[in-house]
Amino acid sequence: MSGPQQQESIVGRGNREGADLFRQWFCELNRIAEQGGAAAYVFVMGSMCEILRTFNLPVVFPEINSLQTAVRHVSHEYLNQAEDYGYSPDICGYVKADVAVQLGGGKHPMGRIPKPSIAVLTNACNTYIKWAEIWDRMYHIPVFTLDIPGTRAANTQTWPGDPDFENDRRYVQAQISELIALCERVTGIRFDIDRLREVMRNANEMSRGWKNVLEFNKSCPSLFNALTDGTIYLGVANGFRGSQEGGHFFSNLVEEMAFKAARGIGTLTEEKYRLTFIGVPCYPIFRRFNELFTEWGGNFVHSTYLWFASGGANLGFEYDLSRPLESLAEGVLISVRDAMDSMFYQDRAIIEMVDSYHLDGVVYHPVKSCRTTSTGMADNRRSLMAARDIPSLFIESDMMDRRVVTEAQMKNRIDAFFEGLASRKQQQAAVR
Amino acid sequence: MSVQTFESWRNKPLDEIFYECRELLEDMSFPTVRRWRESGGKVIGHFQVYFPEEIVHAAGILPFKVRGAQIEAVQADSRFGSYLCSILKTSLELALSKRVELEMFVTHPICDAARNLGAVWGRNFSYPCQILYLPQNANSPAAATYLCNEYARLQRSVETITGRPILADDLRHSIDIYNRNRAFLRALYAIKRETPWLLSADEAYVLVAIGGMMPREEHNDLLEAVLPLIAARQGRKQDKIRVVFEGGFCEQPPLDLIRAIARSCYVVDDDLLIGLRWILEDVASEGDQLLNLAIAYLEKSSYSPVQHDLRKPKEKMLIERIRNSRASAAILTAAKMCEPGLEEQVAYLHALDAEGIPYFISEFEEKMTTFDHMEIQLETFVENILFS
Repeated sequence: MSGPQQQESIVGRGNREGADLFRQWFCELNRIAEQGGAAAYVFVMGSMCEILRTFNLPVVFPEINSLQTAVRHVSHEYLNQAEDYGYSPDICGYVKADVAVQLGGGKHPMGRIPKPSIAVLTNACNTYIKWAEIWDRMYHIPVFTLDIPGTRAANTQTWPGDPDFENDRRYVQAQISELIALCERVTGIRFDIDRLREVMRNANEMSRGWKNVLEFNKSCPSLFNALTDGTIYLGVANGFRGSQEGGHFFSNLVEEMAFKAARGIGTLTEEKYRLTFIGVPCYPIFRRFNELFTEWGGNFVHSTYLWFASGGANLGFEYDLSRPLESLAEGVLISVRDAMDSMFYQDRAIIEMVDSYHLDGVVYHPVKSCRTTSTGMADNRRSLMAARDIPSLFIESDMMDRRVVTEAQMKNRIDAFFEGLASRKQQQAAVR
Repeated sequence: MSVQTFESWRNKPLDEIFYECRELLEDMSFPTVRRWRESGGKVIGHFQVYFPEEIVHAAGILPFKVRGAQIEAVQADSRFGSYLCSILKTSLELALSKRVELEMFVTHPICDAARNLGAVWGRNFSYPCQILYLPQNANSPAAATYLCNEYARLQRSVETITGRPILADDLRHSIDIYNRNRAFLRALYAIKRETPWLLSADEAYVLVAIGGMMPREEHNDLLEAVLPLIAARQGRKQDKIRVVFEGGFCEQPPLDLIRAIARSCYVVDDDLLIGLRWILEDVASEGDQLLNLAIAYLEKSSYSPVQHDLRKPKEKMLIERIRNSRASAAILTAAKMCEPGLEEQVAYLHALDAEGIPYFISEFEEKMTTFDHMEIQLETFVENILFS
C-alpha cells in the first residue's frame, strides 16, 4: 500500500469502525426485540459484561440509549412523557428518557430496544440503583446489585494484600459468584470458566488498548478529540467489552494513533489550545458544543468522561487468567473504584495532567441531570486553582434537557474564556 | 466522659420542657455540642441517614448527627454547583462557619450528592473525612461479614482520634444505652400511633431530633422523664385525619411545616430522621458486637429510599406503614432536588393509587419560611377526605 493510500485507510479508521460496530450492535438489539427476545440491562460503570457474555446474554446500556435520544434531538419528547408519568424535572434525564422508552414498548430512534431479562448494576452511581428498581416494578425481573466499595477518603486507596482491600475483594467476589448462579438460572446455561477466560482475554486486549489510546493523546498536536472521537470509542468500549471485535477495535485504534503520532497528524488543522473536559458532554447540542471550542483552535485532549464512563478501563487493568474469578473481582473493584474516584476525587489527577498533557485550560461542565459527576465539581475546581496556575471555565447545562441548555449564553462564556487564554499566551510570549 | 450538655428542661412542667427542647433544636449555635467541647470532649459528625453511633460513643466521643440547618450557605455555596439539595450545602456551612467543630466527619453512599460530600469536606478540612460504605446489596449473604469488617475499619479510625482502643466492655455499655434509647423512641411512636391527640407531630419531632446532638444518656434521661408526662396529659381527640408523613429521611422539613401539618392532621407515623430509629429491635450486646450491629442494620431495620433491599420494596413498606398505623392517607413529600426522594414519590403514588389510599404530594426545603399555600392545599385535601 502506498503512503497516501495507507494514510487514508488508517487515519479515521477508529471513527469509521466504531460507528459501524455501533450500528451493528443496535441492529442486533432491534432484531432481538422484534423477535420478542430479551437482553441484560447494564450500566457503563461496572457492566459485568465479562460474566454476561459468558452466558451469551445480549447487553443493553440504557444510558447510551438515553444519550442517543439527545444527540438525535428528540430527548425532550421522552422527557416529557416520563414527566407526565410523574417523574420530576429535577431528576436524572437518562432515567426519564429510559422510562419513556420502556413505556413506549422499546421504541427508540435507533431501533427497538429489547425488554430486560435481568438487570445488573453497580453502586458506582446511586441512580443506577433507583433506576433498576423501576425495571423491577415494570417487569418483575431479577435485579442484581453488585456493590463495589469505593475509596473511603482521598489518597487512601488500598491494594491487594491489604486487609481492608481483601475485605472488599471477598465481598465483590462473593457477589460475582451469586451473579453467576443467577445467570445460570436466567439463561439455563451452565457456567463455563474457559468461556469466561476467553471473554476476559478479549477484555484485557481492550483495556490495554484503551489505556494506550489515552496515553497517545499526550502527543502535540493531539491525535483525537476526547469529547467527540472519544465518545465513539467509549461506545465500543462499553457495548463490545469482552468481545473479540471490541478487543480488535482497540488494537487497531492503537495502531492508528501510533501512525498519526509518528507523522504528526493532529485532529485539528491548527491546535492552539489544549483543554481537558470534566464531566458529561452536552448531548442536546453535542456537535455545536464542541465547535464552540474548536472554532477557537481549542481541542479536548482528555476528559474525565473517558475514565468514569469506561468503568475505569483507562487503568488498563489486565486480568490474570490463571485465577479468573479472583482476578475478575480484583479488576472490577480496582477499575470501578477508579471510575468513582475520577468523579469524586479527580482534582489530584487533573493537577498532574496539566504538565503531562500540556494543558492550557480545564473546562468543567456540571449538569442538572447528574449529581454524581457534578456535585463536587466546583470544589474540585477550587482545589485545582489553589494548586496550579491554569485557567478554567465552569459552565452549567445538561446532558439531556435542552430546557437548561442556552447556547448563546454558553458561547459568551466560552468566547470570554478563549479571549483570556489568548491574552495569557501573549503575555507569556512577551515575558519570553 | 460524663458531661451534662442540656439541663434547662429539668424540673419543669411538660409544656416548658417542650419549649426548652424546641429552643435547643432551633439554636444554630448548637449549645450542647459547644458545652461538650468546652469540657474537653471530642466530636465526630456523621451525615444522614444511618450511622452506627455506638462505635463512636464507645470511644467517649460525641456522635453528632449532621442533618443540615436553617442557615444561609454563605461559604458553602461556592463549593457546590446548582441543582443540589439544601442539606448538603448547609451541612458543610455548619463546619465552615465553625458553628460546629469536629475531629472527624463521616458520610455514606446514600445518594450521589452525599458521596461527593466526603471528598468536598476532606478538601476543606484537615481532620479525617471518610465515607462509611454501608452495603447496597443487602441481599448478598456476604453483606453482613463485609459490613462487620467495615465497622472494624471505622472503629480503628475512631481509635486514632482518642489514641486508645475501644474495649468490648465499652461497646457493650454503648449498645445497652442505645438499646434503651431505641426502646424509648418506640414508646414515643406508640403514643403517636395510639393516642396522637396526646402528642403533636412537631412535639414528637423535637423530642426525637435533639437526640442527634447530645450524649444519648442525656437523651434517655429526658425521654424517661417526658414519656409518662405525655401519657398523663389531658388531651382530647379531635376531628383530624390520621396520616403517614413520608419524605423526611434525609433533609428535614422546617419545624413550622410539621407544625402546620399537625394543625389539620394526626401524623401517626413517619420517616422523619429515620436513621435514629433505623434499628427496630434491641442489638445483642454480647458476643461479636460489630457483627451484631451489622446484622441489625441489614436484618432488623426500617426502610428508606436510600437503602436498596429487594426484600423491602419501598412502596410495599409504605403501605405496610400506613396499615400498621391505621392511617387513612399519606403525605408524600420530598426535599427539593433530592433525587432518591423524588424518584420514590412516583413509585409511592402509583402504589397508593392502586390501593385507593389518598395522598397529598408536596416538596419542601429546609430553609422554607412560609407555608400558607401548602397549608391551604392540605386543609382542602383533609376536608375532601373528612366529608367525602
